[in-house]
Amino acid sequence: MNRDTSHKEPQLPLIELHPPLTEADARALSAGDKVLVTGTIFTARDAAHSRMVELIERGEDLPIELDGQIIYYVGPTPASPGKPTGSAGPTTSIRMDRFTPQLLALGLRAVIGKGDRGPGFTAALKENGAVYLAAVGGAGALLAEKVKAAEVVAWPELGTEAIHRFEVEDFPAIVVMDAKGGDLYASGRAKYRR
Amino acid sequence: MTVREVDVSEVSAMVSRLYQEANIILPPDVVAALQLALDREESPLGREVLLTLLENAEIAAREHVPLCQDTGLAVVFAEIGQDVAITGGSLAAAVDAGVAQAVKEGYLRSSVVSSPCFDRINTGDNTPAMLHTDLVEGDGFDITVLPKGAGSENMSRIAMLKPADGAAGVVDFAVETVEIAGGKPCPPIFLGVGVGGSMDRAALMSKKALLRPAGRPNADARLAQLEAEILDRVNALGIGPGGLGGTMTCLGVAIEDYPCLIASLPVAVNIQCNSARRATGSL
Repeated sequence: MNRDTSHKEPQLPLIELHPPLTEADARALSAGDKVLVTGTIFTARDAAHSRMVELIERGEDLPIELDGQIIYYVGPTPASPGKPTGSAGPTTSIRMDRFTPQLLALGLRAVIGKGDRGPGFTAALKENGAVYLAAVGGAGALLAEKVKAAEVVAWPELGTEAIHRFEVEDFPAIVVMDAKGGDLYASGRAKYRR
Repeated sequence: MTVREVDVSEVSAMVSRLYQEANIILPPDVVAALQLALDREESPLGREVLLTLLENAEIAAREHVPLCQDTGLAVVFAEIGQDVAITGGSLAAAVDAGVAQAVKEGYLRSSVVSSPCFDRINTGDNTPAMLHTDLVEGDGFDITVLPKGAGSENMSRIAMLKPADGAAGVVDFAVETVEIAGGKPCPPIFLGVGVGGSMDRAALMSKKALLRPAGRPNADARLAQLEAEILDRVNALGIGPGGLGGTMTCLGVAIEDYPCLIASLPVAVNIQCNSARRATGSL
């Protein structure tokens, strides 16, 4: 298939993120910053978030250490032979809103997903020193290529919703909500609204 | 009149092939729509998102990896001629068997749960399919599989408007639906709009409207005008590719209408994401 690549823009500097991140790392980012994540990230979506918060509320340990970490909201397709994971693009983030403040309180530094968040999320990021990164929704095959290794680290019975450890290399994302109140979803839409 | 026999095993095989294919090959008209959007998009970030999606389509086809990890509900439209006799078992079971086979062979995701408001237990093979059968004249047997993901589906809406709300009410409802959705349904989106019928018929029409090739207007001039008006107003919202701001939020609007009650004006808006997947075959 032919693709017209004449629109390739001169690239703005890309910030490399190597988790675990410090609070200072997270607070230094600004909405609109383009990042490349290299290192370990953890996958979790609805079911895993619900279980994690349940454990927190019961005062029990989580299966993963959250401090400094990045969570990617994804339920990948099964890996075909020879590949570490299947298609692995972001799922809609707003569904995880109600579970996130408790995870941020434990030091979670960044979440990767897509779509705007609900009210109060900006404040939660600001208070805890964390950021919300967006990956391109619908780019599951492309993003899967950035995952070099994958293993289930908790709750395999959840299938695609299990917590996986992904080793990623140059995983592209953009800071959509920073820890200073910046919101690219809001500002972007305002800019092009007519 | 001769009756043409079609064995359900053929149905299973076709459904399996189409469901796998639809998840890996983005339809050419959708690719063309993305390319056109890239030419027109005013936002540099928006253009990057569109380039990423075009590149994603190439990778999916080359690597046989699903375009999107949400390989979707298997929405299946079977248009069956009245002169066809289906043999060898239940049509619905055969369709489900085809879906299950595709999930296994194509490494697709099992994303369906039973007991939706209680236990939500994964069915393990992405069945049941959402099967819609239409009996038509003749002896044809056409099957279309439309993998439908949750991101876009969750942002879809239906309303029972008042007749006096009219075409303007239809447009307002469609635009408001997209405004509320924002970036959540993975723009750039396509809109299927069902107007009239009954509550359920409007909803079904809104999904069938997504089968229309991207950019093809309704044959009725007034409906085509309404489609253009919705498209323009939606793009004026500035949501853009990925919801990051831009001018190409929506790449096509298709309205299907049907007679309805004197006291009703049902309107259904089914949002389709940028991974507008569908595949058709004939038995």
